[in-house]
Amino acid sequence: MRALPAPFSDWFSARGWSIHPHQRALLDRAADPALLLIAPTGGGKTLAGFLPTLAELADGARKGLHTLYISPLKALAADIRRNLTVPVTEMGLPIRIEDRTGDTSYTKRRRQRADPPHILLTTPESLALLLSYEDAPRIFAGLGRVIVDEVHALAESKRGDQLMLCLSRLQSLAPGLRRVGLSATVEDPGAIARFLARHPDPCAIVHADPGPDPDIAMLTTEAAPPWAGGGGRYAIPEVLAAIRRHRITLVFHNTRAQAELFFRDLWLANEDGLPIAIHHGSLAREARERVEAAMVAGELRAVVCTGSLDLGIDWGDVDLVIQVGAPKNVKRLVQRIGRANHRYNAPSKALLVPANRWEVVECQAALEAVKDHDLDGDPRGPGPRDVLCQHILVAACSGPFEADALYREVTSAGPYAALKRADFDACLDFCATGGYALKAYDRWQRLMVRDGRWTLRDPRAARDIRMNIGTITDAEMVKVRWQNRMGGAPLGEVEESFASTLTPGETFLIGGQVVRFVGLRELALEVAPAPGREPKIAVYSGTKFSTSTQLSERILRMLQAESWPDLPAATAEWLNLQREVSRLPAPDRLLVESFPAEGRAHLCIYGFMGRAAQQTLGLLLTHRMEELGLNPLGFVSTDYATLIRGLDPVTDAAALLDREGLRAGLGSWLAGNAVMKRTFRNVALVAGLIARNLPGARKSGRQATFSSDILYDTLRRYDPDHLLMQVTREEAMRGLVNFGRIEAMLDRVGGRIDHLTLPRVTPLAAPLFLEHGRVPVEGAARERLLAETAERLMAEAGLG
Amino acid sequence: MNRYAFSFAGTEISALPSGALHWPAEACLVVSDLHLGRSERYARRAGALLPPYEVEETLARLDADIAATAARMVICLGDTFDDLQAAELPEPRALLLARLMAGRRWVWIEGNHDPGPVGLGGEHRAELALGPLRFRHIAAPGARAEISGHYHPKLRLAGQSRRCFLVGGARVILPAYGTYTGGLGAEDPVLCDLMGAGAVAVLTGTVARPVPMPGKGRRG
Repeated sequence: MRALPAPFSDWFSARGWSIHPHQRALLDRAADPALLLIAPTGGGKTLAGFLPTLAELADGARKGLHTLYISPLKALAADIRRNLTVPVTEMGLPIRIEDRTGDTSYTKRRRQRADPPHILLTTPESLALLLSYEDAPRIFAGLGRVIVDEVHALAESKRGDQLMLCLSRLQSLAPGLRRVGLSATVEDPGAIARFLARHPDPCAIVHADPGPDPDIAMLTTEAAPPWAGGGGRYAIPEVLAAIRRHRITLVFHNTRAQAELFFRDLWLANEDGLPIAIHHGSLAREARERVEAAMVAGELRAVVCTGSLDLGIDWGDVDLVIQVGAPKNVKRLVQRIGRANHRYNAPSKALLVPANRWEVVECQAALEAVKDHDLDGDPRGPGPRDVLCQHILVAACSGPFEADALYREVTSAGPYAALKRADFDACLDFCATGGYALKAYDRWQRLMVRDGRWTLRDPRAARDIRMNIGTITDAEMVKVRWQNRMGGAPLGEVEESFASTLTPGETFLIGGQVVRFVGLRELALEVAPAPGREPKIAVYSGTKFSTSTQLSERILRMLQAESWPDLPAATAEWLNLQREVSRLPAPDRLLVESFPAEGRAHLCIYGFMGRAAQQTLGLLLTHRMEELGLNPLGFVSTDYATLIRGLDPVTDAAALLDREGLRAGLGSWLAGNAVMKRTFRNVALVAGLIARNLPGARKSGRQATFSSDILYDTLRRYDPDHLLMQVTREEAMRGLVNFGRIEAMLDRVGGRIDHLTLPRVTPLAAPLFLEHGRVPVEGAARERLLAETAERLMAEAGLG
Repeated sequence: MNRYAFSFAGTEISALPSGALHWPAEACLVVSDLHLGRSERYARRAGALLPPYEVEETLARLDADIAATAARMVICLGDTFDDLQAAELPEPRALLLARLMAGRRWVWIEGNHDPGPVGLGGEHRAELALGPLRFRHIAAPGARAEISGHYHPKLRLAGQSRRCFLVGGARVILPAYGTYTGGLGAEDPVLCDLMGAGAVAVLTGTVARPVPMPGKGRRG
């Protein structure tokens, strides 16, 4: 064990601190090519990551960039800069620290390229942009360390894949580069280590003391939770009481819309005028920064928030986390709980608020999973090829490259270690020509070979490529601001698809205020205050998470119990009633119920596959029913079941659920579906087939969707094996379509299908009738209804 | 048969589910607003890049309709091409169109998108009178026995939006036949005024299906 350099040991002892064992371990192993630190929130993780850098820079002999710190959040980069500057200043270390994100000014960014600081704090996208410049080799030549913060979060998305490709590039520019990953507690640290390290380098894993178990319980409320729906507004009195009893409470919601509705009702009930704010990703940056500043200054008692506060920033005195709505995912729940009590070795305190009766069951299962340290997570497949396409284009921006060298480099990135040369060449060909069906367009012919090296056909294309760097393909957003005579200040943004449904005079909620849509001006929604008006609509179709496989299975096991003493009486009675009139779903069987209701035949399939896969199952089954002449009308899905309504009853569910038939449906019919088109759009944006930002012309999200839909249909007909179609089909196994979970469910069930025909709606199916988001089926039943409507109208008009 | 047959100005004609109008006595097929070349026009304007296959798609449907009706005459009611530049069809499509035109009378009515003559053969007219019927691109107020296009009418019914014919005592307005075309709701006052009371909208799709034309104030 090396002695701690003097300025550090003095600094620690001056504060009465001692260095944590894991911080020590990172110093001792500073020479390792790759290291992964797993530590709970508040474990001094960031300092542990930076200590070796500070030690190496302490003598002031170093010039140029030494350490690159990468975080998934811009705000986190800025926050770390502030937090790191304190010890550096106090120890009198000659170290320059700067951050660089999309928010950094143009002049500052230019200066950073000419004269880089010792420590640069940035995001994956800003790093990719830096690497696209011709002077990247000079900037990064002396780089010694890279610290990837929140690597567990990055590893779950294409942002992480892109980052690892960037690290492979950095490693070529700076061969001695060492990597450190900082991660929250995860279910499979080995997978994160393989993801992070240069392939095939080893990557040691350092575990910090996980600290005491959290103090977590379900909130007991006066009113029983409602049968269906989200939001948990029935629990507002108890939530307010809990806020009153604590210093600072974070109230997490799963969607932005729910956060808005909850916040509004919370204020209506907030008779003491407790300072409570709202924070989510759709609010204007100014609004979010105000909340963050007030939080740091200790001026707030609670913040109603979404995943926007999942990561990073240390809020200091949070002593309670309330999760409203089922957590869907145990790992995320544990990480959210960790937001409470940032002091090491103090238990975090959390309360769960189920939004409806079903979620009571899910919350109970999640509580038990947290107690058992049973974290969930689905292993991610190899790095997707659309990200590789973007990487190739970005590489071409920085200068000509040899295909062999780039292939070697790419396969040194963990997610691409198994990439075949043929697949790499296909990506290169796509970047060069656009692929077979699109060869006719110059626009997509972007690379050419000159003197044995690949280069941009038109160097001006670099600008477009740089503008489209990144893998975050959120829905197109439209800014919302006060109308001019109200000052025109920005309020936030809403999805363009939502904005297009608004007509002037309609009201919606944003930032906790009811506003009235006045008009569209300069591509922003102008609104006026409309206090007291009932908001007609509040939709941001923010991410709807699916309940994880592990949590779903735990629920199924729980349903097998004789009785449920831990559940509230109303919920236990409900489950007992289901057992009496039908059955309870079981882990190794599939329950399917047929019953009439509201004059239509209904079929309910309890697949427990999460919302996305249940939705896909609904699409596939209604299509098969259409083929069989069963006249389906539509369906609705939740995380645990799909309810299909139609004109004719289904008598043979097993035949409907035949695996080959479902697969064929995925291949043919579902391929034409809007969900697949949206999946394709994301892939096409990442791979650079369509542009997010055309210089000089802002393309609206609707236009982008329009052209990507038509591109998709064209490729499907004329070039179904186009690279991006292959990637789209791979993506369909997870994400929005998630066919992978349908396959897993069929494996789990193994043909043991219990199809019950019942006289009326069953207790477990009843809440589905109250669910939003019913999907209509276009087919013979609709044609029949259309014909009936047409005939009726003709008869009424005396024209028949 | 999935067509909707009706009497109009002393003739017996049919609305086909594809959006074409068939006049069996004259072995005549009428289509409107093909908007060929819309994708290229958008691409030229650096707008949304649509793949170039829609011309083939539209012509293939026309081919099928001509074959099914054994038409000896085809009238295109204007806006066949998105603009003059689009009318310079590349070789394979020009050949496809030439094959359709071969052996039958073909009349191009001028539209607002393709006013000038095009080098594709056939007759070019501002309007055409044939038997009792008068064919033009945009309906003229006060006209009678008139067949026109231009408005791309469509109608929502039972939650579904379809292109539709509008059939009244004085005129028939055809839906757009082209692949990438938007539309104007049949409840729009402009269309209501043109069609007058008692008009019928004929929905396209798998079956040409008549419904009463939505009047002002009633939405379909």
